[in-house]
Amino acid sequence: MKFVDEFRDPAAARTLVREIRDLAAPDRHYKFMEVCGGHTHTIYRHGIEQLLPDNVELVHGPGCPVCVIPMGRIDDAIHVARTPGVIFTSFGDMMRVPGGSGSLLEAKAQGADVRMVYSPLDALKVASDNPDRDVVFFAVGFETTAPSTAVTLLKAKAAGIRNFSVFCNHVTIVPPIRAILESPDLRLDGFIGPGHVSTVIGNRPYRFVTRDYGKPLVTAGFEPLDVLQSVYMLLVQLAEGRCEIENQYTRVVHDEGNPRALQILAQVFELRPHFEWRGMGFISQSALKLNDAFADWDSELRFDVPGVRVADPKSCQCGEVLKGVIKPWECKVFGTSCTPETPIGTCMVSSEGACAAYYNFGRLHDVVATSDDVTSLPVA
Amino acid sequence: MSRTEAYDPREEEVLARIERFRRKRPRLKEDAVNLAHGAGGKASAALVDAVFVEAFSNELLEPLGDGAVLELPSGDRLAMSTDSFVVNPWRFPGATIGSLAVHGTVNDLACMGAQPTWMSVAFVLEEGLAVDDLRDIVEDMAEAAARAGVTIVTGDTKVVNKGAADGLYVNTTGVGVIPKGRRLAADLVRPGDKVFVTGNIGDHGMAVMVARGDLNLDADIRSDTAALNGLTETLLDAAPHTRWLRDPTRGGVGTVVNELVKATDLSVVLAEHALPIDRTVLGACDILGIDPLYVANEGKLVAIVPPDEARAALDALRAHELGKDAAVIGEVRAEPAGTVLLQTSFGGSRIVDMLVGDPLPRIC
Repeated sequence: MKFVDEFRDPAAARTLVREIRDLAAPDRHYKFMEVCGGHTHTIYRHGIEQLLPDNVELVHGPGCPVCVIPMGRIDDAIHVARTPGVIFTSFGDMMRVPGGSGSLLEAKAQGADVRMVYSPLDALKVASDNPDRDVVFFAVGFETTAPSTAVTLLKAKAAGIRNFSVFCNHVTIVPPIRAILESPDLRLDGFIGPGHVSTVIGNRPYRFVTRDYGKPLVTAGFEPLDVLQSVYMLLVQLAEGRCEIENQYTRVVHDEGNPRALQILAQVFELRPHFEWRGMGFISQSALKLNDAFADWDSELRFDVPGVRVADPKSCQCGEVLKGVIKPWECKVFGTSCTPETPIGTCMVSSEGACAAYYNFGRLHDVVATSDDVTSLPVA
Repeated sequence: MSRTEAYDPREEEVLARIERFRRKRPRLKEDAVNLAHGAGGKASAALVDAVFVEAFSNELLEPLGDGAVLELPSGDRLAMSTDSFVVNPWRFPGATIGSLAVHGTVNDLACMGAQPTWMSVAFVLEEGLAVDDLRDIVEDMAEAAARAGVTIVTGDTKVVNKGAADGLYVNTTGVGVIPKGRRLAADLVRPGDKVFVTGNIGDHGMAVMVARGDLNLDADIRSDTAALNGLTETLLDAAPHTRWLRDPTRGGVGTVVNELVKATDLSVVLAEHALPIDRTVLGACDILGIDPLYVANEGKLVAIVPPDEARAALDALRAHELGKDAAVIGEVRAEPAGTVLLQTSFGGSRIVDMLVGDPLPRIC
């Protein structure tokens, strides 16, 4: 695990934190958005917010794949899962997300055959192991997970596996970033760009962020040092008056992305005209659906998907949290009626959700004395 | 500069409100049992409170420990504990459901300071189970019991229709004798006490996850399942004022330490750098987005030891085969009451809360 240790080195972190403190102008408040839920998780898990000076604020963006799925799509999924003969497969953290009427976990407890899988290929295996059942894969996620869904569909088609279909909810990252930049109530100084997504799409699609909106963006990895270094790189750009797309995650991300993955995506998916985002409403051309060549594997065509629309609960401010307009704790129901046990909003469900991360990891910032080693023993 | 100074007073208010809310016992809200109710976290506690405590309430049950201490008219004390085992697959690297069923109950008794002596075994078998499979499992149990020094003295067998059980389920109940003068209890724990774990964490849970075969991980991870009564005696000889012991099974170290702070209204600060974790297990956890603090162990103890006996405890544990990787992983503090904190290796800190249900792997 040498590879991991290098990116969690406390001495390197101290150096970076010192440089960040030196760079941040004391009379200025910096607000950077980490787009990706994986970054949010890293920030809280490693206590990064505490290491930053008070005038460098991190705002959590819309890049948690679980958090952006609207309640109606969950209800549609449960409807499909309850169809007689169906085995409904889903990633683990989607199973607890509440729709308008319960979650997949509750539907499972009530008799629906809902199974957790770790990849769409696992779901395809369930289909080939159960030829007399209809196996559905609940596909969610950004460009990060979409290629594996596409590969699975290509395999299903090649192998002629007909009892398999995909309920596609894949979304794309650029439209919500644009929506955030268009949002009148948010002032940001830069973006920590989504590393995983960029391994697929590269850095070029973010050019509009610098060109049209004048905000710097640094594509970042997911280890704690990656995040700190990205904050540092953003501050350097601002100090030098630059506004560029920079790549901190060079060990994984290339400017042109992964051409093979992009080609597979183009082979299987097409853009939906509109897709509803949790808390952000409909965003044009922001999601993927299966194209005509894969219509036979499209759950939305195979099943009578009701297309439920559920208004977000009035009390829920997930949208404002996802857009970074408010901090999780500023939401009216945060930590009272909306908790990880009884989530009202999706941000409270996934460990990548800003609210769950803040709730689980981020309270009581000031109470830990980090200077003394709690494992030291009295000298005998 | 302290970040506290920069806090918005409204945030402080929200945080205080959440703390009050969080420390309330969770309430059962669901109409049907779901898998989270069996995962040992908040949902499990809510089910136990709402259904079992409500019906069975008595003073021996109330502490809701892993077992009960029964005082005989002679003044001698017995410990009694029961557990059911439903793990699938029955075989995984390092063990079977049979040895696991013996070790689980032996360890619950050992953590009460008891010397496990007698055990019952009950089976629920599914129609169609191969007798050879059953024989293998039972032989494994017999060997585990002999090694642990317990005698299986009674049992029961039921067979259910095909489809009504997942092959087989095993229940074990054990009884042990608590030596005179020995007491281990949460109310003995004091600020300044040291938190020990007796070896690498997460091995069992990750071995089972890998053995299920649905992770597509090819990792050489073996379950740590073992009877710990010898190790507890070693520890208690070296550190006779050890306050509290628990085997961090379902829910892992994170959950049992939370149970301690909830029971005492004290705080525990853990140090990430000190957590002993096998590199392969850590890698598998990282890939899945699972925190090793919540992964199950079947051959480890968490021990709270007073500071003046900590050195002796560490030396004694490390001299024992099952404790060679033992480590001091944290310290008991007075504040913040009822909370577990982690000093991250990275230099930050965070809360380690009770899990809601099973740890679910993240999407990406």
